[in-house]
Amino acid sequence: MFDNHPTITAELVSEHGLTDEEYQRVLECLGREPNLTELGIFSVMWSEHCSYKSSRIHLGTLPTTGPNVIQGPGENAGIVSVGDGWAAAFKMESHNHPSFIEPYQGAATGVGGILRDVFTMGARPVANLNSLRFGSVDHPRTEYLVDGVVAGIAGYGNCMGVPTVGGEVTFDPSYDGNILVNAFNLGLVRDDQIYLANASGVGNPVMYIGAKTGRDGIHGATMASDVFDDESEAKRPTVQVGDPFTEKLLLEACLELFKTDYVVGIQDMGAAGLTSSSFEMADRGGVGLSLNLDAVPQRAENLTPYEMMLSESQERMLLVAARGTEDKIREIVERWDLDASVVGEVTDTGRVVVTWHDGIVADIPVAPITDKAPKSARPTAEPADLAQRWVLDLDGIADLAAGEEATAMLAEVLAGPNIASRRWIYRQYDHMVRIGTVSRPGDADAAVIRLPEGKRGVALTVDCNPRLCWLDPYRGAAMAIAECCRNLACVGAEPLGTTDCLNFGNPERPEIMWEFVEAIRGLGDACRAFDAPVVSGNVSLYNETGDTAVKPTPSVAVVGRVEDVERVSQTAFGQAGLEIALLGDLEGQGGASLAGSAYLQDQHGICAGRPPEWAPEVELAVQGACRDLVRAGQIQAAHDLSEGGLAVAIAEMGFGGPGWPRVGCAIEVPRQGRLDQLLFGEDPARILVAYEPGQAAAVREAAERHGAPLTVLGSTSGERVVIRQQGGGVLVDACLSELATRWETGLEQAVGL
Amino acid sequence: MKAAVVVFPGSNCDHDCYHVLQHVMGVETRFVWHKDTSLDGADLVVLPGGFSYGDYLRCGAIARFSPIMEAVTSHASSGGLTLGICNGFQMLTEAGLLPGALIQNLSLKFLCQDVRLKVEHTSSALTSHVVSKPEVTIPVAHNEGNYTIDAEGLARLEGEGQILLRYLEDDGSVAERASLNGSMAGIAGIMNAGRNVFGMMPHPERCAEALVGGPANGGNTDGRLLFEGLIAAVQAEA
Repeated sequence: MFDNHPTITAELVSEHGLTDEEYQRVLECLGREPNLTELGIFSVMWSEHCSYKSSRIHLGTLPTTGPNVIQGPGENAGIVSVGDGWAAAFKMESHNHPSFIEPYQGAATGVGGILRDVFTMGARPVANLNSLRFGSVDHPRTEYLVDGVVAGIAGYGNCMGVPTVGGEVTFDPSYDGNILVNAFNLGLVRDDQIYLANASGVGNPVMYIGAKTGRDGIHGATMASDVFDDESEAKRPTVQVGDPFTEKLLLEACLELFKTDYVVGIQDMGAAGLTSSSFEMADRGGVGLSLNLDAVPQRAENLTPYEMMLSESQERMLLVAARGTEDKIREIVERWDLDASVVGEVTDTGRVVVTWHDGIVADIPVAPITDKAPKSARPTAEPADLAQRWVLDLDGIADLAAGEEATAMLAEVLAGPNIASRRWIYRQYDHMVRIGTVSRPGDADAAVIRLPEGKRGVALTVDCNPRLCWLDPYRGAAMAIAECCRNLACVGAEPLGTTDCLNFGNPERPEIMWEFVEAIRGLGDACRAFDAPVVSGNVSLYNETGDTAVKPTPSVAVVGRVEDVERVSQTAFGQAGLEIALLGDLEGQGGASLAGSAYLQDQHGICAGRPPEWAPEVELAVQGACRDLVRAGQIQAAHDLSEGGLAVAIAEMGFGGPGWPRVGCAIEVPRQGRLDQLLFGEDPARILVAYEPGQAAAVREAAERHGAPLTVLGSTSGERVVIRQQGGGVLVDACLSELATRWETGLEQAVGL
Repeated sequence: MKAAVVVFPGSNCDHDCYHVLQHVMGVETRFVWHKDTSLDGADLVVLPGGFSYGDYLRCGAIARFSPIMEAVTSHASSGGLTLGICNGFQMLTEAGLLPGALIQNLSLKFLCQDVRLKVEHTSSALTSHVVSKPEVTIPVAHNEGNYTIDAEGLARLEGEGQILLRYLEDDGSVAERASLNGSMAGIAGIMNAGRNVFGMMPHPERCAEALVGGPANGGNTDGRLLFEGLIAAVQAEA
């Protein structure tokens, strides 16, 4: 028999993850002791995952408005205007802890959750991205985790018929005990048909639609707000199980409902399920709700009210209907073989009152649970070893000899786990369904999706280099935004908005909190510089096992507007006879930097040095020039220099993605310092472009107009990659197809897939 | 002429097929709900790809019991042109309208990529417009594309010229078991003995427009040729 009124002991409070101080606030909110269901509700609503208590005051410093922003943070997803009456709704969210415990279901339900966040806004999801961080390639669990996570993402996204068009993967020992799985989705909606998660209209019915409720995922939000320990395996039952088929039906049913005027407001039941959806909708609308749990469709027997309020069963939505439309809604939903049930009503009490078996089992005022939610300015402290992180002693690493040694190293670097082709992963994702994918994975630096009509398109890309963020969270975070925008420039797109997924360790440790605050500062400055305001996001803290925190990982995705989808450039040279030039400084500001480079990590196991200062003026100039050239159709190919630097970028342009003809090149570069630095250094603000020789004047003119440095390097030809020193000998001379083989098989071989 | 695209719960290439038929090929096309019982006089019926019923039992195994399948069967057995793509091909084999079965890929992985296909002959409605091209490039996207059939059935397919498309290996040959997914005799697409029911794992609707057709052929439109062939066959009968 369910006992809703046990003695509330200190132990019970602590088991619910509430501190003494937080429990005092609970007493203040209620004016009495909570019962068990209420304690559970406070526990999840005030969990880090739902309340953002450590991060809220810092998130407030991010730019969130701009001429293209239709909906900023605070809703299920952010929305920007793409033009022609179309808007893009998008968001990125983490599913780290569940994916580490059960990789397939954890990753799958991460995709399911983000899809619901987007289609609840009225948008049809049209593109997925993901950002994945695994431990070292030789860690015993890495292969299992990579295999499971990729299959889970594929299993859910493919079945939903939403193409997964891009992503990024990092391997780093800091993720050995805590992988990161960040899923992004973008949907398209007419800008006058957007739905919000708002409860309003006293007397309007509250309806539950979708899958039935079971016991899965209870306290998932609380689990996501705790560090891992040896007991984590025992938390497997808190991982939800996904059913993409049901979600596909839910998607189609919702989109059909949205064409009517029956729906007043709608929110998905994600983390903290029925609890967060009901409280958040009531809070946004400034109303109260009554909920009758007996009417909740159930698939497990004898569910208690505590379990029903906390269940994270997937594929469910809570909506407020216009009074009198219940039957029409039920008709549409049942046509899709789903449950629809009236579970409550909008009230003017300002309270959520939950009844079960004819008795009240919870009665909580709405405003205080939000207003009084704990938020803290946690102490910050620069990590004691920061100065040491910045020491990069290159004297201990012999420079490469020109010729054979440098050539062999290029092959090794291309096969490195952080650089090798991601084809093994993306060929498992249906990236073409909906036939809107203009740039497929491997085709270009950013994915491009066409709009359902007209010439415009949406470009999207996700990025973060955790090594740079660990070495300098401010610069690293700023460079993540800069790289996303650079990727967009390579397909001729201008940034419209950003979503962030901030993955950090335990915020109760001052040095972790310092990393977080510095990263936010970097994101804010960069988003302002590139006019890419943050419109949605997610914070995932406590990503650590024992004492080991993940490297600070503020994954960001930036969405841009393509003016003409017929004019999008590619990574591949694709043909001989093109001139190759570099937009940006060949050796950066004071020499290309190996700090935090993939070369040092993959080849020497070193992550050290201070990343170069990020220079928004140079970035804006380089990106502006590139964007203009792509839009004018004056260049064929564009590829930014990121991990692996110049040598890797030029080889990748020779390979192109699947289906592109392979074309070699010969270039000549001035050499100032170390050869490894010249070839593999990772200074930002650099883009390689290739164009018909007849466009040389146009390229020069665009660079001058924007004030971007420009160096003509050589041309495309043959089947080799040849890099010569200006006025000197051969630095690298490699067979393109041999390099391609190493690059294409590097990931499988490194991870043992 | 009129075309119908049948929508099952879990279909997800239905909109793509509709778009290509209606907007690219200019054929009057309508969606038909799986609970409907009439195809409303359609000349060409397309069973699209996707995950009907989540593919939870066996791909296409539940969809074949949908009410509309009775109308599809009678359309097919009276000589009406019918094309099953991917999940639609799986349904046609489950429904007994095409021989063989599609089982899980040898790699046990979902595969989404362009593939090169040998066109066996052009004397079928589906392939009649693939002239002067010994091969086409069309993408696949499946987890269960491994075509399997008994020896007798295979001999019959070979003997009657019912095999239309075969996966090509990197060296341009056809393998006994395709390295892509394990398909017998490299089979990617077949037709029935009546030469009016077609099933193929590759997705021609994904490469009917150069903009989204991928880099092959400098903007791939090979899929369009197959639709052209089917449309021409309907028009020839009229």
